[in-house]
Amino acid sequence: MTSYIIRRILIIIPTVFVAISFLFFLFYALPGDPATLIAGGAERNPNPIQIQQITERYGLDDPILVQFFNYWKDVLSGDLGESFQRGQSVNDILKDKAPNSIRLGIWAFIIEVIVGISVGLYSAIRRYSIADKITTIGTAALSAIPVFVLGFILQYVFAVLPNKRGWPEWMQLRTSGISAPRTEEEWFLFFIPVGPDQWRYLVLPAITLASVSTALAARMMRGSMLEVQGADYMRTAKAKGLNERQVVARHGLRNAMLPVITLLGIDLGVTIGSAVLTETVFSWPGLGSTIADAVTARDLPVVLGLTLAVVVVFSFINLLVDISYAWFDPRVRLGEGSD
Amino acid sequence: MSLPEAVADSGAGEDMFSDEVRTTSLWVDAWKRFRRNKLAIIGMVFIFGLILVAIFADLIAPYSITERDSGEFRSGPSWDHLFGTDIIGRDVFSRIVYGSRVSLRIGIFSTFIAMFIGILVGSFAGYTGGKTEGFIMRFIDMFLAIPYIVLAIAVATVFGRSENSVILVLGLTGWLAVARIVRSTFLQLKKVEYVEAARALGFGKFRIMYRHILPNALQPIIVFGTIAIGSTILAEAALSFLGVGPQDPTPAWGLMVSQGKGDLANAPHLTFFPGLAISLTVLAFVFVGDGLRDALDPKLKDR
Repeated sequence: MTSYIIRRILIIIPTVFVAISFLFFLFYALPGDPATLIAGGAERNPNPIQIQQITERYGLDDPILVQFFNYWKDVLSGDLGESFQRGQSVNDILKDKAPNSIRLGIWAFIIEVIVGISVGLYSAIRRYSIADKITTIGTAALSAIPVFVLGFILQYVFAVLPNKRGWPEWMQLRTSGISAPRTEEEWFLFFIPVGPDQWRYLVLPAITLASVSTALAARMMRGSMLEVQGADYMRTAKAKGLNERQVVARHGLRNAMLPVITLLGIDLGVTIGSAVLTETVFSWPGLGSTIADAVTARDLPVVLGLTLAVVVVFSFINLLVDISYAWFDPRVRLGEGSD
Repeated sequence: MSLPEAVADSGAGEDMFSDEVRTTSLWVDAWKRFRRNKLAIIGMVFIFGLILVAIFADLIAPYSITERDSGEFRSGPSWDHLFGTDIIGRDVFSRIVYGSRVSLRIGIFSTFIAMFIGILVGSFAGYTGGKTEGFIMRFIDMFLAIPYIVLAIAVATVFGRSENSVILVLGLTGWLAVARIVRSTFLQLKKVEYVEAARALGFGKFRIMYRHILPNALQPIIVFGTIAIGSTILAEAALSFLGVGPQDPTPAWGLMVSQGKGDLANAPHLTFFPGLAISLTVLAFVFVGDGLRDALDPKLKDR
């Protein structure tokens, strides 16, 4: 077990290195001079002296390998560099935006677990019922609706319409932003919104971000529960006289949950994709929207720094999930074959 | 299963055992099972309909994609404009009809690229095994660690914001997942008896890989490919929405949603109709993919 964990951690290092280096060189393949871009873009005819200054300040005329080496030297000493756009430190941007993304992510996760598992469970227990059919079609539909379209539909139904109809203020949810900035005293539970106002900002983006993974969790829970129901120990439990509720709660649920745990390990691509879209649609000041803006603006240090942080965090979350999976199900042997 | 049957089942042994009837009946059985799945049939009909719409867009669309109705800005659905008009008076229905071409082209071509590279790399890794396989799989894992949307935006910026670069991006990121599936199927199949037999008969590596194993590995590949067309269309919509896909006046559905988002309060139809078009198309591919999976491998049902 320990050697497995160490090996997994050692794999994370080259993975992160290659991923970030690839992005680094990709951005150098981009046409156009980054200094010109920083100075405001070619169409604005920036002052050549200013371009010269920017080039020197960021070392943009050094050979690419020197820049590459310097970048990693800084990163290893904990400095993610400086944004091309506003000269703000990437570390500060990370500190500023990460809590917002974590807040959104935690609530989306809570929705995924509670709604996904209970819907999947109910649908499996009442197999072939109308509720089951609705779940099957509904989860498929939910995974087919683009995240941004779902976001706009929710905005229309829960914010725009109530506003048009003049419903009371508390029924109108918010469509953009995050409400008042966090204060220093709130830091320890920053992900719990304070007061009804913050909730009204949080609800819609959290549901939107959770949609895809909730549908997936429900489908998986249903399939897993159906499989478990045919197992011998379930028949034994029924035979010894437990009622249906007890059989499901004590024996079925526990075993059916196992495969669903792997799902809590996060599919990086899907989650970041949904986060970028959700944060863009709801103008949520998090990492996703910041990365997307930075890529479009070719703000290399911001893209690299934030992506680096996200990839590292995700790698560790997935490692934790794998370990906990082995802990929940002792039959699972870690480290034998990668699939 | 005896050896001749297994070879005939593989659909690859015609030169050795001509057993056409046995070979086709696998697919006939699959079709029978597929036909019983109502959702899959609905999905298939929808996809065929969409392909017809894309082919005959000129006949179906009442207006062109750039034609403006000068009196009608952002007006809601009416008999003149079934889905209303957009910010500069273009007919939304006609643009969605023409947009089906964009979505299908991107979905099909980039899935094709992803399949092609994924099958080549995955089959090679799975069949070769050993250190080579380990190296290839680590490489794939590393690239899967790059959030695909970041990669996609970056690549689209390099090659310009156009339909072709979206095809390229989605094809070049999509093959990673295909390769993993193909590899694990090949890992299982290379130990099967008929492969041993082919090897004993002295067939070359590539002949065994592509004439004997691949036809048997097709089932998961077909299922994945069908669902992948849908998810590629979904990803294309996301990229178009973020503004790194095809540019105006191309009627990409994702782009249309993005253009309408500012008018959610006064003209929700600008967001709703293209959004519906994307959702239904993706859903159709998901239903057909699920149906195919159940039909091709009944053991997997309900998993």
